[in-house]
Amino acid sequence: MGNWVDIGAVNDIPLRGARCVNTPSGKIGIFRTLDDRVFALRDHCPHKGGPLSQGIVHGASVTCPLHNWVISLETGEALGADEGQVGTIPVQVENGRILMATAALAVAAE
Amino acid sequence: MTTNLVVVGAGMASGRALEHLFEAAPGQFNVTLFGAEPRGNYNRIMLSPVLAGEKTFDEIITHDADWYAEHGVNCRFGETVTAIDRERKVVTSVKGETPYDKLLIATGSAPFIIPIAGKDLPGVMAFRDLDDVNRMTTAAAKPNARAVVIGGGLLGLEAAAALRMRGMEVVVLHLMGHLMERQLDPAAGYLLQRELESRGIKVHCKAQTKAILGEDKVDAVLLDDGTVYDADIVVMAVGIRPETRIATDAGLQIERGILVDDQMRTSDPDILAIGECVEHQGAVYGLVAPLYKMAEVAAQTLTGATAAFRPVQTATQLKVTGVSVYSAGDFAEGDDREEIVLRDASAGVYKRLVLQENRIIGAVMYGETADGPWFFDMLRQGTDIADMRDTLVFGQAYQGGSPLDPMAAVAALPDEAEICGCNGICKSKITGAIAEKGLTSLDEVRAHTKASASCGTCTGLVEQLLSLSLGDEYNPAAVQPMCPCTDLGHDEVRRLIVAKQLKSVPAVMQELEWTTSCGCAKCRPALNYYLVATWPGEYVDDNQSRFINERVHANIQKDGTYSVVPRMFGGITTPNELRAIADVADKFAIPTVKVTGGQRIDLLGVKKHDLPAVWADLNAAGMVSGAAYAKGLRTVKTCVGSDWCRFGTQDSTGLGIRIEKFMWGAWTPAKVKMAVSGCPRNCAEATCKDVGVICVDSGYDIVFAGAAGLDIKGTQALCHANSEDETIEIIAALVQLYLEQGRYLERIYKWTDRVGIDSIKAAIVDDLAKRRHYYERFVYSQEFAQVDPWEERVNGKDAHEFAAMAELNMVAAE
Ligand code: SRM
Ligand SMILES: Cc1cc2nc3c(=O)[nH]c(=O)nc-3n(C[C@H](O)[C@H](O)[C@H](O)COP(=O)(O)OP(=O)(O)OC[C@H]3O[C@@H](n4cnc5c(N)ncnc54)[C@H](O)[C@@H]3O)c2cc1C
Ligand code: SF4
Ligand code: FES
Repeated sequence: MGNWVDIGAVNDIPLRGARCVNTPSGKIGIFRTLDDRVFALRDHCPHKGGPLSQGIVHGASVTCPLHNWVISLETGEALGADEGQVGTIPVQVENGRILMATAALAVAAE
Repeated sequence: MTTNLVVVGAGMASGRALEHLFEAAPGQFNVTLFGAEPRGNYNRIMLSPVLAGEKTFDEIITHDADWYAEHGVNCRFGETVTAIDRERKVVTSVKGETPYDKLLIATGSAPFIIPIAGKDLPGVMAFRDLDDVNRMTTAAAKPNARAVVIGGGLLGLEAAAALRMRGMEVVVLHLMGHLMERQLDPAAGYLLQRELESRGIKVHCKAQTKAILGEDKVDAVLLDDGTVYDADIVVMAVGIRPETRIATDAGLQIERGILVDDQMRTSDPDILAIGECVEHQGAVYGLVAPLYKMAEVAAQTLTGATAAFRPVQTATQLKVTGVSVYSAGDFAEGDDREEIVLRDASAGVYKRLVLQENRIIGAVMYGETADGPWFFDMLRQGTDIADMRDTLVFGQAYQGGSPLDPMAAVAALPDEAEICGCNGICKSKITGAIAEKGLTSLDEVRAHTKASASCGTCTGLVEQLLSLSLGDEYNPAAVQPMCPCTDLGHDEVRRLIVAKQLKSVPAVMQELEWTTSCGCAKCRPALNYYLVATWPGEYVDDNQSRFINERVHANIQKDGTYSVVPRMFGGITTPNELRAIADVADKFAIPTVKVTGGQRIDLLGVKKHDLPAVWADLNAAGMVSGAAYAKGLRTVKTCVGSDWCRFGTQDSTGLGIRIEKFMWGAWTPAKVKMAVSGCPRNCAEATCKDVGVICVDSGYDIVFAGAAGLDIKGTQALCHANSEDETIEIIAALVQLYLEQGRYLERIYKWTDRVGIDSIKAAIVDDLAKRRHYYERFVYSQEFAQVDPWEERVNGKDAHEFAAMAELNMVAAE
């Protein structure tokens, strides 16, 4: 994986919150957990495409705002009884900045 | 042949005696029960939680009308016995004479009133019975009311904490150098004082009360040193005295109390006495544990069995939520004594054991009291503790090497260990009853053994015994937990937020031991709401715990765009507003403009990043958010009313607008919809709303608890009002009550079904002081709630919500 791109500061995202990054292959949700970890998912719920970035972030998961599916931020998988998975995009944090692996975007987009 | 038994005093001791009597000798006694209070036997101990608002009176009734009827008791409540004629064996009351074969005196005690000037002024009260509690709650309902509690003992402090929880300014005056000096040593007294002060209670020790000041009611309390404390009420809790008056007049032998022998017989063998009014071997008692023993013995004496009462040692616990104090035995210092002390300042824990010849003779604990019963058990057994001296103070869990978990600690208790101090119930009695009678719930254990049925502090232990006995079959979740992050139900959480003064989501999760690091999408919005509703003006909203609609003040749509609904108060709009809406729709290419079912206009399909600009334009035309997304007031629908309609009786449109302008912005457990119709033809459909008003010639009929969504429910009548002002006061009070009692997402009709319409009417319709109180609380919280969220965001609040964090144009394609 390569092509790390700086997409902003960790502090741009509220704790237990999310922001979006617009890319030519669609919106990506960038999530920040209470324990200050950062994750990126395609902003498209595996259920009916709800914008996950608008959900409530708790632990290492997010609850979709449309019909309350709970999605793991770590794996993109739906938790509990629901089945489905959304693409994850590798991110890393360096000196308070978030870097996203753009190489993964094309893959995740298909 | 039946015996005529007359009982004087329908309190805790006689109630217990009757239970034993009916069990041992059903049908043998024909009982007449006199009580000075206008009600039967209730759990007097629990008056403190009732005063604090943690329990209702109904929950603490021990014997209800059915129970008395079932046992054929002739109830004479509200009738004081004024004389006993031992020659003729009759007692006298207002209604005449009643003959007896056997007489049982259980008159309890009378609160001691210090003989100082002003003691008879209205507003001076004791803390002994339900009437006292009612007087105090009425006084507490006035905003900024002040209470002075004289007496820093058990009763005084429970009263002070409870009144404080009801919002009063509270001062405690205590004669001695530290609080509860009869049960606590100075160190524990100090910790307790600090805790109470942190709750806003002022504590004044070494306070010698000189006089109570006031003309025709209490105004203030004056101390010897000249200090004056303003007061609306003065609660005297300085001690009790056995109530012996009728016994004295009848010539029975009296010292401090009515003298009784081991069988509970007075100096007249046909007259028995039990409870706080008696003296046995020089001792009088003021806690229920020994009184219950007396009740048992008296019942046996009456049925001809032999039993003997033996002096009982008692342990004390203070029933103030969030404060743990335990004390037992003798803790004075002395040359022949040693002590072991443990302090953990950061945790606020203090424990002190007093030993004499390797035996515990006294224990005082503050902050962490779980081991109290264990120490107390050894104290009474006279257990030699030499072997565990080093670790003794750490408690039972540390004995035998590694710490035990609480469950294992309970499992390790010996069979004869006392679990319920009030009722003297040991472990084997409880586990035995569970096994023999197949008990599966706390209530059943209480019903069969009485364990934890009095002061309730041992409830946790009893539950642990249930789960030990039943394993997984025991399901304590009679209450539905809020969500998988906790075992607590909504009501419990709300109560604890108030009681423990929890003021943030992390504080709630920490104190109430949430099992997840930061909750879930179910509990977080609920907690955030409870905190907003409980601490208006103080609590800082946790935006990340709100559902997206409430976070960005617009409704999310299936395609991720939003809808925008400006308020149209009472469904009235103007050409200007309509023009602004049209312009906004053009300017931002909003695809759909729809008239809603709530008499206003919805702009659907707005892009998220356009929201602040859309709002700016709507604000400029004088419009604010319609809160179409909120658990809060949605719309107040109106009809045209007397302004235009030939049937209209009142200005329904004007009233609807007034209500909406007054009530918008408040957060409620679920959405609230209202309507005002100008006559009973009801064009505004007021009878299927959360709150509706139907105007009639004589005024305003207020209805509530309707719905027309998932459930269709016609409203129920609340009351009639004569003016618009009165209508608004009633509706605001009703909504405030709902705001304080409703569970998150529970609409008014569901809340009403749960708490019962009578309890709502009692607070809002029947009791004007209460209504006023709720109304004023609503008004107060509106000061902080009526802020247009659109305007705030137009001015830059939460800007991060409306802009992407980055725009990436290139994607590294492989
Ligand atoms: C816009 C509107 C339909 C319309 O085009 O007329 C509407 C639209 C929605 N309603 Fe409604 N309801 C609308 C009037 C009603 C009414 C009629 C009324 O208020 O007079 C009812 C029945 C009355 C009642 O509530 O008892 C109604 C019963 C519901 C329910 C069922 C509530 C229930 O407790 O039974 C829901 C679901 C919910 O709230 O959980 C709901 C939920 C919704 C939501 C918020 C669905 C959602 O969660 O996204 C819709 C949002 C649309 C949007 O983005 O604006 N809507 N909804 C109406 C807005 C009124 C307004 O001006 O605010
Ligand atoms: C607020 C509060 C909290 C308490 N907390 C605890 C606690 O945590 N633990 C504990 O062990 N104890 C506690 N107590 C003490 C406990 O309630 C009493 O020890 C117990 O109620 C005494 O029982 P009794 O039957 O002797 O008297 P009571 O329960 O007082 O009953 C006596 C009844 O007799 C009536 N009576 C009196 N004279 C007459 C007459 N001439 N004719 C007809 N009726 C008459 C009285 O009105 C009263 O209703 C508390 C008490 C109070 C007030
Ligand atoms: S029916 Fe009654 S309320 Fe409805 S418009 Fe006519 S007068 Fe007004
Ligand atoms: S679209 Fe996410 S839960 Fe339905």
